[in-house]
Amino acid sequence: MRRHRQPVALIVDPISCDGQGVCAELVPEWIRLDDWGYPIVEAGAVPPELVDRARWAVSNCPALALSLRPERAPAATPSARRRP
Amino acid sequence: MSRLAAAAPITVRMKGAPAGRPAAGDAQAAHGERSDHSEHGEHGEHGEHSEHGEPAVSHEPGPARLLADLPVPGEWRSLARHRSTYRTPPPASARPNRRLIELVGRAGLRGRGGAGFPTVRKLEAVAGGREHRVVVANATEGEPASAKDRLLVTRMPHLVLDGALLAAHAVGAEEIVVCLERTGREAARALHRALAERAGREALVCSVRIALTPPRYVAGEETALVHWLNGGPAKPTVAPPRPFERGVDRRPTLVQNVETLAHLSQIAAFGADWFRRAGTAEEPGTTLFTVSGATRPMVLEAEIGARGRDVLAAAGALPAGRLQAVLVGGYFGTWMAAGDLEGSLLSRGALSHLGASPGAGVLVTLPASGCGLLETARILRWYAGESARQCGPCTFGLPALAEVTSALAAGRARSDDVARLQRWAGDVEGRGACRHPDGAVRLLRSALSVFASDVAAHMSGRPCAGSKQPAFPVPAPSKEWR
Repeated sequence: MRRHRQPVALIVDPISCDGQGVCAELVPEWIRLDDWGYPIVEAGAVPPELVDRARWAVSNCPALALSLRPERAPAATPSARRRP
Repeated sequence: MSRLAAAAPITVRMKGAPAGRPAAGDAQAAHGERSDHSEHGEHGEHGEHSEHGEPAVSHEPGPARLLADLPVPGEWRSLARHRSTYRTPPPASARPNRRLIELVGRAGLRGRGGAGFPTVRKLEAVAGGREHRVVVANATEGEPASAKDRLLVTRMPHLVLDGALLAAHAVGAEEIVVCLERTGREAARALHRALAERAGREALVCSVRIALTPPRYVAGEETALVHWLNGGPAKPTVAPPRPFERGVDRRPTLVQNVETLAHLSQIAAFGADWFRRAGTAEEPGTTLFTVSGATRPMVLEAEIGARGRDVLAAAGALPAGRLQAVLVGGYFGTWMAAGDLEGSLLSRGALSHLGASPGAGVLVTLPASGCGLLETARILRWYAGESARQCGPCTFGLPALAEVTSALAAGRARSDDVARLQRWAGDVEGRGACRHPDGAVRLLRSALSVFASDVAAHMSGRPCAGSKQPAFPVPAPSKEWR
């Protein structure tokens, strides 16, 4: 189904993001919201079973703040968080 | 630890001679010519008096290098006098000077703006970029408790300008922008005077202009500075691209703190081996400290790795063990118990084991009578006011942290507030485009740890006596971004 199998990471542009929270509804396994409604995204490669929904979240972000970038590392531990 | 102690002994400056100066023939200038370094003996007495709100300067504990030949306030150090020690930097060229870059690498110079990044790596990155490169000499010094950059620019403008010219020569830049906070009129005057003096005597080897920045803390962050120089607000941008890739006018840009540039002047004049004679193997050289808080503000120079106790004593900041804690690294730093700081060596390496960093060499002392939680709450308010309000976690998280910490300081926190602060700290950290929110989080975490017994007392409705007497100066937020 997916076009290629290269691991990808989800990246939020914190300046563009205005905290509408759509992404956390679409990929709750990988994105949660902080107390002010802004997304906290797990670090590292998105697990293969979530990649399609991650792409969906990217194309549905109202602020165009979400993107995917190639990730070399294997899937991170669930507790690891992205550090821009 | 013992290795550091051995590598960085405190040497009291020899009377009358700048202890840091090399013996003749010891250093080779970058361009193969030996520099002529005549010795200048005159120095102000220890603990010169401050005037017009300027910090005082201490020549203890030495060895003084940058401050060895510091003119007294109001005295002008002429270009001719400066040139008797430092030769004219070579003219700008479109091609980088690899020998000079290599010299900086051998010296092991690290940035003195707070992050301690190896200067040679920045030079290499910019030199590796496209032509028409730019050098930005950063003297914005938005850290409220730091005064050393202003001191250098005001009293040693020629040393700073030489450093900027040498940096330009190293990376192959043809333009230099010196950035100062708009409020630093004296520093701007000194720079203009120094440039005018050069225009008469030396062919200006590079285009140099002075830019007066909005007086905001984050305006000095390098992406914010570049954004502002390009006509935008002085707010950070998302990196990459970093300024070395795409900076002023989209050209490769070297942003370097002015103290770093002053050290570069001395490395070019006296050599890498000389530079490494002070400091530690990992962090060579001397550095400037600004000590304030319980005592009057003082700028002094010490070897990197000097013992905290000696630096505090030299600044007159150890009135018989009456200190409670020290804010190390300034408002962008961490609290340490006074005893821990006094016993520690002041290097990035030694302090990192204690979860702290010297930052830009800032030490703010809290007297035994003060309340660390109150000061933390006040500084967190300042952080919230200084936010560029671009990223949600910073815009909303910092006021929330400040609010709850204020409640804690006032003894009216709820039982779960400390846990809430800890959770928010984890949620805010690392989620801004710049490191501004991370600074607030680091400060708060260190306060909750160093003042843990105060936290318990405040939570049980017994705030300490000092919690009604704020001690630290907290600047009011500026409205300006342009």
